[in-house]
Amino acid sequence: MKSSLNALLTRLAPQIIALAVILLLNFIMFPQFFNVVIQNGRLYGSLIDVLNRGAPVALLAIGMTLVIATKGIDLSVGAVIAICGAVAASSIVSGHSLASTLLVTIGVGLLCGVWNGFLVALLNIQPIIATLVLMVAGRGIAQLVTEGVIMTFNDEGLIALGSGAFAFLPMPVIIWLVVGALVILLVRRTALGMLIEATGINRRASTLSGVRTPVLLMAVYMLSGLCASIAGIIVAADIKGADANNAGLWLELDAILAVVVGGNSLLGGRFSILGSLIGAMIIQAVNTGILLSGFPPEFNLIIKAVIVIVILVIQSPAVQSAAVVLSRRSSRVTEGQVQ
Amino acid sequence: MIHDFETVLAASGISKFFPGAIALDKVDFSLRKGEVHALLGENGAGKSTLIKCITGAYHRDQGRLVLDGAEINPSDTLAAQKLGIGTVYQEVNLLSNLSVAENLYLGRQPKRFGMIDVRAMNRQARLLLDQYGMDIDVTAQLDRFSVAVQQVVAIARAVDLSGKVLILDEPTASLDTQEVAMLFRIMRDLKDRGLGIVFITHFLEQVYEVSDRITVLRNGKLVGTRETSELSRQSLISMMLGHELAKAEATARAHSVAAGPVKYSFEGYGKRGKVKPFDLEVRVGEVVGVAGLLGSGRTETAELLFGIEHADSGTAKVDGRQVSLSNPRAAIRNGFGFCPEDRKTDGIIGDLSIRENIALALQARRGWARPISRADQNALADRYISALDIRTTDREKPIRLLSGGNQQKAILARWLATNPDFLILDEPTRGIDVGAHAEIIRLIEELCANGMSLIVISSELEELIAYSSRILVLRDREHVAELTGDNVSTARIVDAIAAAQKETEDA
Repeated sequence: MKSSLNALLTRLAPQIIALAVILLLNFIMFPQFFNVVIQNGRLYGSLIDVLNRGAPVALLAIGMTLVIATKGIDLSVGAVIAICGAVAASSIVSGHSLASTLLVTIGVGLLCGVWNGFLVALLNIQPIIATLVLMVAGRGIAQLVTEGVIMTFNDEGLIALGSGAFAFLPMPVIIWLVVGALVILLVRRTALGMLIEATGINRRASTLSGVRTPVLLMAVYMLSGLCASIAGIIVAADIKGADANNAGLWLELDAILAVVVGGNSLLGGRFSILGSLIGAMIIQAVNTGILLSGFPPEFNLIIKAVIVIVILVIQSPAVQSAAVVLSRRSSRVTEGQVQ
Repeated sequence: MIHDFETVLAASGISKFFPGAIALDKVDFSLRKGEVHALLGENGAGKSTLIKCITGAYHRDQGRLVLDGAEINPSDTLAAQKLGIGTVYQEVNLLSNLSVAENLYLGRQPKRFGMIDVRAMNRQARLLLDQYGMDIDVTAQLDRFSVAVQQVVAIARAVDLSGKVLILDEPTASLDTQEVAMLFRIMRDLKDRGLGIVFITHFLEQVYEVSDRITVLRNGKLVGTRETSELSRQSLISMMLGHELAKAEATARAHSVAAGPVKYSFEGYGKRGKVKPFDLEVRVGEVVGVAGLLGSGRTETAELLFGIEHADSGTAKVDGRQVSLSNPRAAIRNGFGFCPEDRKTDGIIGDLSIRENIALALQARRGWARPISRADQNALADRYISALDIRTTDREKPIRLLSGGNQQKAILARWLATNPDFLILDEPTRGIDVGAHAEIIRLIEELCANGMSLIVISSELEELIAYSSRILVLRDREHVAELTGDNVSTARIVDAIAAAQKETEDA
């Protein structure tokens, strides 16, 4: 048990260090960064803000991690956020109960996943193309649902999912922590994780070993749709309305980035959801830090890009193996040649 | 026809090492001007490695290459091309969406005032193809033409660029009889023009039809070079598959035929375009060997039995009960296991640990919801690591870091963990070192003695004879003979393959 904890820490060390460095930079730029206060039964502060604002990307990153582990990618999650936000808003506005609204919304998210999974697993279309379909069409669908306007609502229950609090923490934080924990348990306490990794590394060999690879692929795209639908609910609840054009815009890219910053390979295989979640927090910490630092907003994206490049270069196989070669010369060199 | 027997290309003592394997071991090869020289050998014999060393795609580790009397060291295929060595591959490596003329002159288009002179290019292309008796629209897009025409265009380009040595790597694999005849006509023309042609194929009748000399490689070593006219089919096949026949005869088969009840029977089992329908019975505790040359339908037979390919005729029965083997899962449910020929693409999950690779098939059969606990996985892995003597520092090592033989054992362990009744092994000893080789053979005998039924496909005839109680001989995607009892010998197998060879030739 102890050794597996050590292995986990070794695996996540670059992400944890990166997060710590970013937080430290934030603290240097903005000394009140770590200040946390309790108001109205809820924690407030920049740190809490990072956790809260990072919720949509964290949720997307959970599903995206598994999709990427199968050597796939899901570009549609941003659009699914818009669809699900629109569905939730129109359902609650037309008088359905909160429970049935949530059920329908999550159902729609799963359906989006089924569509992607169908294209990828059964029709064998390349994931980047297959999910591009829904990425493009999704916003149109969302606009049809909202009939082209920003559909606002004032259902207390639904709004609470975006801005409420529980156990001093904002609701979105609770939600992504719980979903993350549940999915980690699901893939690691069952054999799903290993079968997903096997499929991502060598789909043919996995099929030949009796792994039901189409079912697995379908399942990961459905899970990605599910995560996107939850993120969609949070995004809509946060602004008390559904904005078909802007909800979740470009978030698929942030989610992919979170997965990569989390140390997961886009080539599939070994994955760490925890790594992706830390990756999501790194991205949000950068975003929040830039906002707090008072740089002109034009710089935000450039600064973010620079930070991401630095993180990725440090993680890159070339730099990593150079570091390893320096520490353990002979044994690693031969491995490198095998590849 | 007068040929001066002048050597155009001489390779001597070429060696190429890969980590853990010797791909080429001091191979000599010489090519004369105006000859077609067939290069033969089974998969993994070293044909393509030798070609890659000659064309500069690989850097040889030892040996000399002499072209027209001068030593050469091509740094890449482009350099080799400039020196005069052109290569045409089975999959035509041209640009299918450019015109024929553009393909012929890509990178060296005739220019006029700094612009490509399309009319001159097309005119030259027409003249060039005319030499090959081809009258086609050179402005049309390449993929509008058949593979055979594309093949000729590729040859024309290679000869025009290089002009001393032409290497044809399985050029006839996807051509029909007429197209092959056309290709051979072109090869003879080029030969008369003094080109040295290296011809790689696995169709023996084509070798006899067109080649002047034959060089056979086996396990990375040179078996020999012979004049085609002086080499009988029998001798050629035994050069490719066996050592000396006499030696093999001497190895008396140690084990008697353990005739248990018939457990698996396949009747009229086949798939169009893959394997012609065959009948096959496998008994409990029996090893059925499958022999045949490359492309004879060996692997296809295995894939059919394991449900990777879906049979379109015939029935499969297990214990007299009819079963459907429509996919690998169905086969696994019936107690089948399959170690594929191509370990890298079909066998190992490279980045996963040895432990996970061993547990995979069992886990897949149990389903995702019933995980094998880590402790059980460890026990499973440790048991097979020691039982099969898998050499590794620990069970958590990614399997891709193991040597070929140990990877093979781990895949075998993956199936043994599912406790199968019927194992299909496709070339279980290919590309692994001698020590591991012997261990795998010992394992096969042990499993068989424990009552497992096995089908083993191998191009090592002595090996097959050593453990098989019966041997199926395949040729041209057809099961042509079944040898039992005293008939199981390398000579008989070679005869069976060669006999079929002659039959088709007479037909």
